Amino acid sequence: MRLALREVLLAFRRAPLLAVLGVITIAFSLFAFGLFGLVAINIRSALRDIEDRVEIRAFLVDGARDAQVEELIRGIVNFPEVADVGYVSPDSALQRARAELDEFRDVMEGTFLPGSVELRLKEGFRDPDRVQQLSRKLETFAVVDEVRYGREWVEKLYRIRNIAGLAGSVLGAVFAMVAIIIIGSTIRMAILARTREIEIMRLVGATNWFVRLPYLLDGTIKGLLGGALAVLMAWGTATMVSRNLMATTFFTGEQVMLGVLAGGMLGLVGSWLSVGRHLRQVWREP
Amino acid sequence: MSDLSASGIVRVSNASKDYRSGSALRGVSFELRKGEFVFLVGHSGAGKSTLLKLLSMAERPSLGEVRVSGYSSSTIKPREIPQLRRRLGIVFQDFRLLPDRTAEQNVAFALEVTGSPHAQIAPKVARLLTQVGLASKATAYPHELSGGEQQRVAIARALANDPFLLLADEPTGNLDDRATHAIFLLLREINARGTAVLMATHDVGMIQRSNLRFLELDKGELVFDGTDTARLLADMRGRR
Repeated sequence: MRLALREVLLAFRRAPLLAVLGVITIAFSLFAFGLFGLVAINIRSALRDIEDRVEIRAFLVDGARDAQVEELIRGIVNFPEVADVGYVSPDSALQRARAELDEFRDVMEGTFLPGSVELRLKEGFRDPDRVQQLSRKLETFAVVDEVRYGREWVEKLYRIRNIAGLAGSVLGAVFAMVAIIIIGSTIRMAILARTREIEIMRLVGATNWFVRLPYLLDGTIKGLLGGALAVLMAWGTATMVSRNLMATTFFTGEQVMLGVLAGGMLGLVGSWLSVGRHLRQVWREP
Repeated sequence: MSDLSASGIVRVSNASKDYRSGSALRGVSFELRKGEFVFLVGHSGAGKSTLLKLLSMAERPSLGEVRVSGYSSSTIKPREIPQLRRRLGIVFQDFRLLPDRTAEQNVAFALEVTGSPHAQIAPKVARLLTQVGLASKATAYPHELSGGEQQRVAIARALANDPFLLLADEPTGNLDDRATHAIFLLLREINARGTAVLMATHDVGMIQRSNLRFLELDKGELVFDGTDTARLLADMRGRR
């Protein structure tokens, strides 16, 4: 192990530019993931806020009788997705409108506003599909005239979140490929530079693991450094946005750890793919 | 593990090796016994190097079987090959030393990469260099050493893991007569301490003078196994 670490240091010193380049591409790869991940996280927390307020409002037909309304409410209470239900009578609707839109008080004199039932949904039942399903169920009641909910908003936010996730994955994957290629070629160079040593290692009976270990360590260490750098860059970006644009949520400690580990994995995979192929190439049998 | 007789360390049974370019060995069979010194003789291209590769399991025979110290070419697993190699010493005509390491570092390398305890390496290297007569040149780099001295370093490295068999592929091929003789004496001495030696050469004179067993390969076939050098002389001259 000590010998392997010494080899890694030697490799860093032998090709510092390539080493730095490898670390930076891994960092960019994870930064791309991370940035879009942050966007997704922040949208999700925004969505949660909005979802808390997701309300479905069922406007009732003109002249709905109390018995009908009661029947509707009894039905709604039995829906598993509903947190609570409230009834807004035509009178109170008018009062509310007057209070909220004071300057139009005159206009509303004598107007009629339909009564409505307001529903708040339980957590986990607030995505667009469920909301839509529920509103369809409500529409089956004869007493319900029209169902409204903040549908466009919710759907748009969900769409943005999905796009952010997809863009992050695609961009991150491209950078990951580049990182794997760069790490692979650093290792290729290191192996070609040490053909003779590897040959002799095999000759005298060094195990495959022993021959590979320095290269695998090399890739993994670069990956971990890249991961740490990516977290730093993401943190810098998030701080800047928080300071100048809007409050943002940053990754949790576990997510940060995961990012650094992902860097290590990326480095390991890059070196793994390269090391087997090139070791076979230089292995001139005695 | 082994169906070799108690003293047998190598058994080659009807081994053939074909390459795309043609066959390098055909139906070769022989045995090596513990502590033996055997020459392997033949013209260039007769199959000497191929046979040594089969013994170090760097290659597998296309047909037949090679058994070395209980490992069979037909059943050995890739991860067992390093274990076998540690029990073999291998030296070449071109020495194969690491040019950027001193004599002692070259020998130590073999111990380091096979996981010898750190504290044991330095004393063992000193002992090995003394054994091959190079104690005074321990800190010299290969380019500062003569051919014979470089081969001594390579032999010290081959002995690092106390092999039971030393495979030498024309170890004196690049050396002058004096150095050749000295290396031969060194190998005999190593043999006298119990290590079996299989030495490929085309130095018929050496074989003749030593009166030791030799295997003669010709165009991939084992044409002679014994000590009768009269026949060998005729053979080698006839084809020269």
